[in-house]
Amino acid sequence: MNIQVRKFYYGDIPEENAGGNEIKNNLQDEAAWPLWEVFIRSKQGLDHKHVGSLHAADAAMAIENARDVYTRRMEGVSIWAVESKYIHASNPDDAGALYEPANDKVYRHPTFYDLPDELKHM
Amino acid sequence: MNHHINYILHLADNALILSQRNSEWCGHGPILEQDIAITNISLDLLGQARNFYQYAAELINKSTSQPIKPSTEDLLAYLRTEREFKNCLLVEQPNGDWGQTILRQHFFSTYQFLLYQKLQQSKDGQLAAIAAKALKEVTYHVQWCKEWVVRLGNGTAESHSRMLHAIDALWSYTGELFENAEYELHLINEGISVDVNLLKNEWQQKVNEIFSEATLPLPEKVFMHTGGKQGIHTEYLGFILTELQYMQKTYPGCEW
Repeated sequence: MNIQVRKFYYGDIPEENAGGNEIKNNLQDEAAWPLWEVFIRSKQGLDHKHVGSLHAADAAMAIENARDVYTRRMEGVSIWAVESKYIHASNPDDAGALYEPANDKVYRHPTFYDLPDELKHM
Repeated sequence: MNHHINYILHLADNALILSQRNSEWCGHGPILEQDIAITNISLDLLGQARNFYQYAAELINKSTSQPIKPSTEDLLAYLRTEREFKNCLLVEQPNGDWGQTILRQHFFSTYQFLLYQKLQQSKDGQLAAIAAKALKEVTYHVQWCKEWVVRLGNGTAESHSRMLHAIDALWSYTGELFENAEYELHLINEGISVDVNLLKNEWQQKVNEIFSEATLPLPEKVFMHTGGKQGIHTEYLGFILTELQYMQKTYPGCEW
């Protein structure tokens, strides 16, 4: 059987698959397990970071697979898994309109204050 | 002393042979993530086996005043013969399909979980420590197997029928887990070994719960095969050892 597995890279999820729309089922989709994105918190107090993706039939299996695939070397203390289709992503083609206008707005950085010498770690 | 060593070898052989069996899946798992999961379990078991073998080798060396060649974990794993292995028959049974591998692991991990829980209180501090360390891994194995048994038993008509087949293939090897071998009987009174007979009800209950969740029928009372713990094995162990021990027997003392 020819199972086609499509993998979307972070930030490249086509619009028709984003936003929780049910992926149109055909035979191939039924045979393939859905893709999940995995987020790991490396230690208490830090944020969960995206570490990669994997295939799993359901949420419980996604967590277990994530444990086996991404925490083998003590990388984490907490796992989040979310089905990739529920991730909304910006369109790379819009990058110009979305991000470049911030380029010449240096005043948005709080760099115009004189900091006392005693203040460290800013 | 002999009983003590035999008991440790029994615990080690169980872990080593099941580890070897599971490792046969390496590169052949049904999907990448599960390939990694089953080989992870395999490595956990190998780690347990090493701990037990190292301890057994230590005791063997202490018990012989002038050993010609000191015993090591490697010698115990690679140079003993089939009849010297004391693993139970369940762990040497073939992988079959994924369902059969899962069910074998489920039966064994549930048993190992109960065993290690008790072994933590062993008067032998070293055994207690190994059991306590391994228990965390085994807890995960139990959880992982449980979800698979339910998923397959309660899945499609095909996965259900494959699980029925797996039960047929494996059930008659579960009775042996709860029969004390001679070395175990000797050590029970000393508080070193676990009376496996006492684990049976709880094991049965745990398996019942998961089977009913998986809509799998409980097998009838059937004839139970025994002998592995005394070194009398099914035809499969010879083949497993041939593969496992090939390098050391062909190139004695060879190292990576």
